[in-house]
Amino acid sequence: MLSSTADSLYWLGRYMERAGNNARGLQVTLRMASLTGAVDRRDNAWRALLTASGCAPGFAETGAEMSQANVVRYLAADATNGSSILSCIEAARSNARRVRTALTTDMWEAVNETWSEGRRTTEATFTPDNLPAFLDWVKSRTILFNGAYADTMLRDEAWSFVRLGTMFERADNTARVLDVHHHALAGTEEGGAVAYVQWQAILRSVSALRAYQWVYHSRLDPERIAELLILRPELPRSMIACYARIEETLDGIAALHGGRRGECHRLAGEMHARLRFGRIEDIMKGGLHEFLTATINRNLELGKQIQEFYLQA
Amino acid sequence: MTKTTPTFDEMTADGLFRGPYAEIARWLAATPREALERRRHEAELLFKRIGITFAVYGEGGDPERLIPFDIIPRILARAEWESLSRGLVQRVKALNLFLLDAYGAQEILKAGRIPGALVRDNEAFRPEMTGFVPPGGVYTHIAGIDVVRTGASDFWVLEDNCRTPSGVSYMLEGREAMLRLFPGLCAAHHIAPVSHYPEELLETLKSVAPENCRGRPRVAILTPGSFNSAYYEHCFLADEMGVEVVEGPDLFVEDDVVFMKTTTGPRRVDVIYRRIDDDYLDPRVFRPESVLGVPGLMAAYKAGNVALANAPGAGIADDKAIYPYVPEMIRFYLGEEPLLSNVPTYLCERADDRAYVLEHLHELVVKLTHGSGGYGMLVGPHSTAEQRADFAARIKAKPHEYIAQPTLALSTVPTLVESGIAPRHVDLRPFILCGKDVRVVPGGLTRVALREGSLVVNSSQGGGTKDTWVLEDDPADVPAVAPSPQTQSQSQGPSKGQSQSQTQGTAPC
Repeated sequence: MLSSTADSLYWLGRYMERAGNNARGLQVTLRMASLTGAVDRRDNAWRALLTASGCAPGFAETGAEMSQANVVRYLAADATNGSSILSCIEAARSNARRVRTALTTDMWEAVNETWSEGRRTTEATFTPDNLPAFLDWVKSRTILFNGAYADTMLRDEAWSFVRLGTMFERADNTARVLDVHHHALAGTEEGGAVAYVQWQAILRSVSALRAYQWVYHSRLDPERIAELLILRPELPRSMIACYARIEETLDGIAALHGGRRGECHRLAGEMHARLRFGRIEDIMKGGLHEFLTATINRNLELGKQIQEFYLQA
Repeated sequence: MTKTTPTFDEMTADGLFRGPYAEIARWLAATPREALERRRHEAELLFKRIGITFAVYGEGGDPERLIPFDIIPRILARAEWESLSRGLVQRVKALNLFLLDAYGAQEILKAGRIPGALVRDNEAFRPEMTGFVPPGGVYTHIAGIDVVRTGASDFWVLEDNCRTPSGVSYMLEGREAMLRLFPGLCAAHHIAPVSHYPEELLETLKSVAPENCRGRPRVAILTPGSFNSAYYEHCFLADEMGVEVVEGPDLFVEDDVVFMKTTTGPRRVDVIYRRIDDDYLDPRVFRPESVLGVPGLMAAYKAGNVALANAPGAGIADDKAIYPYVPEMIRFYLGEEPLLSNVPTYLCERADDRAYVLEHLHELVVKLTHGSGGYGMLVGPHSTAEQRADFAARIKAKPHEYIAQPTLALSTVPTLVESGIAPRHVDLRPFILCGKDVRVVPGGLTRVALREGSLVVNSSQGGGTKDTWVLEDDPADVPAVAPSPQTQSQSQGPSKGQSQSQTQGTAPC
């Protein structure tokens, strides 16, 4: 497969996943802001979302005031923000268009329709009254896309690169969501209802609130939340689940290529192994924030290695 | 309608917007009618999508209906709630002590504070429970106390529900719907959260696991099945708590231990939150023809191998004939004066009461002693002469089956109806959890009588629900002049520097 084709497929997967993650993040923050009366806490929630989505520096550059309306606009619709939901959809679609023949009809339609409906959004779409419906729509479109490629694509190289993109983006998102809330999880912040709302928000950000109860059958507890999101393989958005898929997918591609492997394979294997044999007590002891920062940095390195080895050869 | 006292409106009183509703009053004045209508429609779609339905029997048509959800919240200030909740906790403690006593030494009967026959001959009394102390000494783990309001600080308990009170899923889904539909309005208030209710419920259930239970207690919800009117709620709570929802045939008892049948073989169950009536729990002890229950369940329970919530026999505490004695229970067991008032109640089996009731049918509400759901009741002021004659005959024929209470002027809350925004009568069912500790999630289920003037809030009788907000502060009253629409400030203060920022992979190529 052409490197440029692989590149488009990989980014198609990443952008669709990112659009969905941003929608989840906005949904959760909106809910959290509605629950916390105090203005400074509300602002903190929006600030955390910007950080988690990697958009804080870009937002700061716009010079806009930290407010719900501004953050929502920046993360949902701003064309100058490459990670805003509409930008993600736009980018996903242009990547899909470049490799149209590598996609199944169902996949293409899922992306293309999302894009054309996305173009019909207006300022009014992003007002507090209409935003929830828009975010639901984004989430359902990404779920449709994921279902379309899971259900209709041949398990070949093309499928592998889309999946690699999805899983890479997902792993990164989970780590960042956890990291911006690491204070709440480390118990250094105010406890009680405030921390509780934050814990719920972390779980909701990765659609894992009910999953938590099914796994632990007990009260929300910071260490367990961290364990669920980092180390529990049965949660599809946990870091370990994502790295397992990443390693598996990279191995699959290597097998198709007669065993050709590079640094990205080693690194993915190492990251997965650390999680497989890691213990939450140790992670918490060494500092959750330190662990997550290191993981996010290694993840960036992994992204670079994948890029170099496959996508821009 | 004949009423002795003027109706208390919770939003507007004495030319003032009461503090808790000040923001709502502003919002209502500033929001066009069509916008409200659109939201109401959205709320309906939302509930349809979630599948939150309630079965209505005996009327033909679609038996699975949505309970109408009114989008204007019912609001209590912190101080109002705190005093109410103290009264609720007190009441539920006394009810539990009464149950322990009723099935134990019966001290309160011996002391002559409650007529013995009223308890022992009551059909809600379960002689099978005599002498048995449930795990943790708790009979009613989940209680729903129906409260009505007639004035700023006048709350009355209308009814206790100690068996299997339902409605908590509406409380939780109603809040989610409001957060979704009106994020701005919610943010403008300090609303006490309710979403931890399932967690509190699970902790409550685990805290009453039998002593024989080793390791982490396994909890299950026992449902009569998908035809039950509250089936949605059973599944909802099970999912929120991460426990199985089981039907009778999913369980079996061996050597007095309850197991559920799973793909990995039998799994021991330690605590059962049962949502089926006592009568159907165990065909070996109660109704032999029941297929909903589990043969041998009661033996396992008595052997101390499983906990049942709520305990069988808890119904004696919420019986309408026992209700008038709850204030006595509070004095007897707790040595305290009741914080919440009872509604004066006439027991038709007492000759004096009966005579009074028959003479005053036009101003009383008559209820079946053992009925529920608003079925078979007479609302005097709204009744026809024919209906009254019918009830008079029934009361004379079976006096012990009826009680009567004065018609209370239930408070009203603004509600979105056909003709616009109008006051409608409401009640409130808070849920009180009793395990090792007593916990109350702030709020409850507000039911609203959507028909003009109607006092019957039951969902089977055309009632709807509202989200109930308990504020974490006590806003001051404001003059009830036409308010000028105000924009809400959304943010202040400088943005702080980020402690860390990562750049994310950006565009391809």
